[in-house]
Amino acid sequence: MAEPVKFTLNGRPVQAEVAPGTRLSQVLREDLGARDVKVGCNAGDCGACTVLVDGAPVCACLMPVQQARSKRVETLRGLLEDEPLTRELATRFQDRGAAQCGICTPGMLVAATALLRANPAPDQARAEEALAGVLCRCTGYAKILDAVLDRDGLHGGGSGSVGTPLRKLDGIAKVEGREVFSDDVAPPGTLEIRLIRSPYARAAFRLGDLDAYAAQHGLTAILTARDVPGRNRFGTIPGFEDQPVFAEAETRMIGEAVAAMVGPPEVIAGLDPAAFPVAWQELDPADSLDAALAPGAPQLHADHPGNVMCTGFVARGDVAAGLAEAAQTVSGRFETSFVEHAYIEPEAGFARIGDDGRLEIHAGTQAPIMDREALAVILDMEAARIRIIPTATGGGFGSKLDLSVQPYLALGVLATGRPVRLTFGRRESLQVTTKRHPARMNVTIGADETGRITGMEFQGDFNTGAYASWGPTVANRVPVHASGPYRVPAYRAGARGIYTNAPPAGAFRGFGVPQAAFAQESLFDELAGRLGMDPLEFRLINALEDGVPTVCGQVFDQGVGIRACLESLRPHWQAARAEARNFNAESGRIRLGVGLGAGWYGCGNTSLPNPSTIRAGIRADGTLWLHQGAVDIGQGANTVIAQIFAQALGVKVDDLRLIGADTALTPDAGKTSASRQTFVTGNAAQAAGRALRAMILRRANMGEGARITLGAGWIDVAEAGKIQRLELGALAPDAHGYVLAAEETYDPPTRPLDENGQGVPYAQFGYAAQMAVVEVDTALGTTRVARMVAAHDVGRAINPLLVQGQVEGGIAQGLGMALIEEYIPGATENLHDYLIPTIGDVPPITTLIIEEPDAHGPFGAKGLGEHALVPTAPAIANAIAHATGVRPRRLPITPPRLAALIREAGHG
Amino acid sequence: MAFFMPDNLSDALIARARGARPVAGGTDFYPALGEGVISGDLLDLTRIQGLSGIEHGPEGWRIGTATPWAQIACADLPPAFEALRQAARQVGAVQVQNVGTIGGNLVNASPAADGVPPLLVLGAQVELASRAGARHLPLADFLTGPRQTALAPDELLVAVHLPDPPRAASAFVKLGSRAHLVISFAMVAALIEARAGRVRAARVAVGACSPVARRLPALEAALAGRPLADLGAPDLVPELAGAEYLAPLAPIDDIRADRTYRIEAARWLIADALRQAAEKVHG
Repeated sequence: MAEPVKFTLNGRPVQAEVAPGTRLSQVLREDLGARDVKVGCNAGDCGACTVLVDGAPVCACLMPVQQARSKRVETLRGLLEDEPLTRELATRFQDRGAAQCGICTPGMLVAATALLRANPAPDQARAEEALAGVLCRCTGYAKILDAVLDRDGLHGGGSGSVGTPLRKLDGIAKVEGREVFSDDVAPPGTLEIRLIRSPYARAAFRLGDLDAYAAQHGLTAILTARDVPGRNRFGTIPGFEDQPVFAEAETRMIGEAVAAMVGPPEVIAGLDPAAFPVAWQELDPADSLDAALAPGAPQLHADHPGNVMCTGFVARGDVAAGLAEAAQTVSGRFETSFVEHAYIEPEAGFARIGDDGRLEIHAGTQAPIMDREALAVILDMEAARIRIIPTATGGGFGSKLDLSVQPYLALGVLATGRPVRLTFGRRESLQVTTKRHPARMNVTIGADETGRITGMEFQGDFNTGAYASWGPTVANRVPVHASGPYRVPAYRAGARGIYTNAPPAGAFRGFGVPQAAFAQESLFDELAGRLGMDPLEFRLINALEDGVPTVCGQVFDQGVGIRACLESLRPHWQAARAEARNFNAESGRIRLGVGLGAGWYGCGNTSLPNPSTIRAGIRADGTLWLHQGAVDIGQGANTVIAQIFAQALGVKVDDLRLIGADTALTPDAGKTSASRQTFVTGNAAQAAGRALRAMILRRANMGEGARITLGAGWIDVAEAGKIQRLELGALAPDAHGYVLAAEETYDPPTRPLDENGQGVPYAQFGYAAQMAVVEVDTALGTTRVARMVAAHDVGRAINPLLVQGQVEGGIAQGLGMALIEEYIPGATENLHDYLIPTIGDVPPITTLIIEEPDAHGPFGAKGLGEHALVPTAPAIANAIAHATGVRPRRLPITPPRLAALIREAGHG
Repeated sequence: MAFFMPDNLSDALIARARGARPVAGGTDFYPALGEGVISGDLLDLTRIQGLSGIEHGPEGWRIGTATPWAQIACADLPPAFEALRQAARQVGAVQVQNVGTIGGNLVNASPAADGVPPLLVLGAQVELASRAGARHLPLADFLTGPRQTALAPDELLVAVHLPDPPRAASAFVKLGSRAHLVISFAMVAALIEARAGRVRAARVAVGACSPVARRLPALEAALAGRPLADLGAPDLVPELAGAEYLAPLAPIDDIRADRTYRIEAARWLIADALRQAAEKVHG
């Protein structure tokens, strides 16, 4: 060990004795307790670890700690103590909704502090330059710029009553660097796990003498498939548990784990995984749809001949007749790519045996109960002996619905009897966690001369990778949604999930619906063009309405909001199209285009139960507790569910104390997916609030309009000048310690789909329409999205600040999917080869909140999470087609692809 | 394993001769390391007297190898250096520019190194030192291939030398698939010296379109004597397509772009860079 490195950290002298070249970020987090410094990529690509060294922002992951010698290092926590600018910025971040999951927030605030020190009133260009080095995957950056530039926009200082913009109830810890994310739980020195992974898309392997290797290097344990006490399989859909914790004889994707080394941090840090005793034999992979569907292709799973994982199907009316009677039909084959969630927090976790003897897993997750059930099978352990304590999740977007670190953590604890931790590197995270399904879709749509759709046929293959994950959900959801929110009298849609030797494709904001919307909405524009109709008016002619059956034969008698969304865009649309006409009248290299996309999304599980339960109680001391088990991954469930509950009970949201998701403390609120939490858990919260209110009013013998005031040990109930005081000390507490309590469950009313996909898949849909304005450089094939207008029917905006945050963040991800993002296994395994939008790529976004109340929603609210992304890529693709006259049929529309299309069309 | 932090060049060269691996800004070192294990000694270059900073002397300009891009971006340099300053502002984001160095950019020898095209049009030489002494090489001779240089195992790149430029203007354009922090499809630096409304001399270098960035001598020769107004005219791009001007370029297909696109894009970027430089040039 070298001599200690001495420097100043947040004004205090510190020293560290570490190996030469140890990253400053590592020392700050593990040796000096500065866990407010986040590590997202270890390559200088994401900026989450931004600190100031002698006042200049640097990535702590790129600096050998020895270079910090005698220097002044400042992190967010130190700046909050010493720098008024940082405190002001933190307040603004909180007030303006600039932190969603919060993982990028410390780096963003440090970078913003450096900016404002140098330039107290920067313009937007300067701000973007200063912040471009910090990636955010949640917000779309708009609210970050609101906060840094202190510009106009929504402010979260509302009362918290339903409909008012309210800052996040759990936001302060995020903007102060105190939030505990999945890699922030383990104490320094905890035993670490490092996985040995396959370098090949498909390989056979043989393990060497593991005991000797462990003994030689001082490892505490080496784990393999034989150490799995239960079933070495997991998955998310019953009947599709096909993924092993450790491969047994053959690996099916790059990065698949075959063994785990467990040991002290200094031992693990010194071991090169390439030296692990394993012999690989590379095998021919079926690494694409074509390869997997070819005759004689390697079969990934014996029980799925032809590599077909599963299929989904919806049919209504006579499609052949519908298309035959069409005045115009259009057809196309559309393709999309693997898209990575690219949350800034790679998977990580900590596990131990808790004080009560239960196995505790602390990790970021979107589905704690599912995690517990899956672990129970893997470990052959009663679920009650496993406690899942979700940490703050640094971005999820669907991928953290699946197990990642959890099985290894659990096995590590059981094997060693000691606490363990595991942190995926960015490369591992990219290699093995789920992706958006690449799709190949053949679609035909016809319309009569008045523009009414007469029929639509859709057939899509979805590359589900090596394991099923949420592939069955995608195969089922796509046929239900592929019509878009339109009246389609004759319809036939099929989707297949196809196994390939690639990372598992699973849940990613929209479950396949964004891919299908790209195809359908593109063809709608072509069809409108053939008919000489305006694309907006064409959509309005076909827009679904109350009383009109969906392609599943479901008839809503209320709540269908797509027409309102489209109509709200009309003035923006007409103005922007006129602007483009004028601009393009002069022929030039830059062409302006304006495009539309629309979409819908069914909230909650498709025709399956997905109940949520909310518990709330009042203690004898008068404190009110909400057991809120809907995991908040940054989207704001902790705030929205609390607002709904408080309103239903008739108290202020400030009166609540939140108990966050924990399988030992909160009832099952289901998974954070399918845009279901505001709707489903929100309904449970509303019911629990009402039940508690009814209980209080009954005891006070007061009417429905009475006002409830909580005090220290009492509740006052007032109505018409009369006040009744309930003394809580006189009441007996229940098993949870509450003198008054309610627990309510809500499960959306759905009905199964028949063999033609007819039935009631969802109790509600949310609706959206977006408009993109783009500038295309026809020479270089580059697209700059100049602005977006997004109309979203959310039924009732419980919290408009968070609604905007979802829309802006969803659009940023949709923009990435449309123009930039393509994961190529084995090739884009870092965040400088896999690119996501930076602060300079996301345009100004105008959000139009449409409130077409839904009878099933709490206070009329509908879900929103996925809807924000569904229309974005089609809107951008249609805008590009409008600008250039060429029709992109493959995502992402990268500059080389668009330039090639323009060249082929002879426009270039 | 040791971490050497010498404050003088001769100690550094001793460590280097013993095999220590140089590290300055770490912006290429750590991404290449990934989750791997550091083996061997490291040699810090950031505290060595004379290796950081920008100086002007009778021979021209000298930029120390460990000078970070942020310093170059805001340095008081002649107008002809504008392309270099523009490139400095596009090497990663500020976090990278604050520590990433000009010498590191050259030694790393990426075909897409942002610093190389501007330095080529400025006629840069590199100064290499070993215990045996120092030598100077034209930058074009120093860069021998992708990730390959003429640097000997016991040598350090200690400085970049730039002759006093003529009264000229320059521009740098970079094309990638997003707004910031991007490894480019192609990039171009152009420098124009003008007299009486005509191009007196022009220099053009293209990066990411060949194993190492290349100057385009035939194009430079053809531009000499042309009216400046030609450089803003739309027919410059077709002209670039017709002649053998782009012959030094040999782009590859990779995950970022195909070769056809790279050549097409290079033509437009050359025209863009020439136009921008022509708009700024006086004379």
